[in-house]
Amino acid sequence: MSSDPDELEVSVWRGDNTSGQFEDFRVPAQENQTILDVVSWIQQHRDPTLSYRYACRVGMCGSCAMMVNGVPRWTCRTHVKVALKDNRVSIGPLRNLPVIKDLATDMDPFFDKWVTAEGMHHPSKTRDDAIEQIDPEDGARLEANKGIECINCSVCYAACDTVAGNDDYLGPAALQRAWTLYNDAKDAGKQTILEAVSGTGGCHNCHSQGSCSHYCPNDLNPMAAIAGLKRATALSFFKGRK
Amino acid sequence: MLTVRLYMLQRITALLMAPLVLGHLAVMIYAVQGGLSAAEILGRTQGSVAWFLFYGAFVVAVSVHAAIGLRVVVHELLGLKGVLLDLFTWATAAGLFLLGTRAVMAVTLS
Repeated sequence: MSSDPDELEVSVWRGDNTSGQFEDFRVPAQENQTILDVVSWIQQHRDPTLSYRYACRVGMCGSCAMMVNGVPRWTCRTHVKVALKDNRVSIGPLRNLPVIKDLATDMDPFFDKWVTAEGMHHPSKTRDDAIEQIDPEDGARLEANKGIECINCSVCYAACDTVAGNDDYLGPAALQRAWTLYNDAKDAGKQTILEAVSGTGGCHNCHSQGSCSHYCPNDLNPMAAIAGLKRATALSFFKGRK
Repeated sequence: MLTVRLYMLQRITALLMAPLVLGHLAVMIYAVQGGLSAAEILGRTQGSVAWFLFYGAFVVAVSVHAAIGLRVVVHELLGLKGVLLDLFTWATAAGLFLLGTRAVMAVTLS
């Protein structure tokens, strides 16, 4: 391929969970252009069979994450100029997840682990009780606030080397969700959460490598949340609970 | 592949080993600086309950700590899991314990 400044040289992964290869495309370069724009252009102008996933296009829904030049990114908010190397960019499906087709991955393992980590609300009141007043400056509330902007994009899950080596590991997003709920005054499942994150795939498997926090597009810090869970489970362990 | 129990065991044995390692290094440097011969060192350690407990605790801590650490490495790098992984962990702990105990007994029993 010749290097033309008006065109980008784009390699896109084509295949499924069993086999595949990168396919090269030339895409017109624009002044303002995201990786998702590039993928959409290929699908609309070169190959309508290209499969990928997106929804909101503004960094809210967490649908469009892909591997861009080998690292996980939210493609709708990743400018081509940030990722481009020698006028080339490679785009692949998210790491650590089964590929359905081309750039679309099966997110089931990711969301199943949220459930396994008890990343769901455990009600503390009924509809007949008065609404609990929450002090926005309370320490636990401030800790919970740190994780609530997670958009479930799975970038941290794809970045995590522990997930790559350990199928059972719940991963940064699910564990961060568990830590957020653990600190939520309105959640009544604190001990349930600690037990859920103390099993064979739990928070203790984290090596604190920090890729989750490094690549999180919303600048969240799942590694710190996991460290919080480790402290909470250790205290619980010394108190004779699981 | 680490539960909270294995995690805590590994951390507690690490806490135990930290002063033991420092003590071991200090004794090594002292012995070398003073020019003690092997016979002179053995003369001080053999029959000593204190040295038996010092290095005995070291061996127990190392056996537990290393077995859990290697369990994680073997699982993540080689994919070993289930009963085989448990067997590997126990075999590593037992092997290190036997080797270490043999050395401690040779140095501290009179």
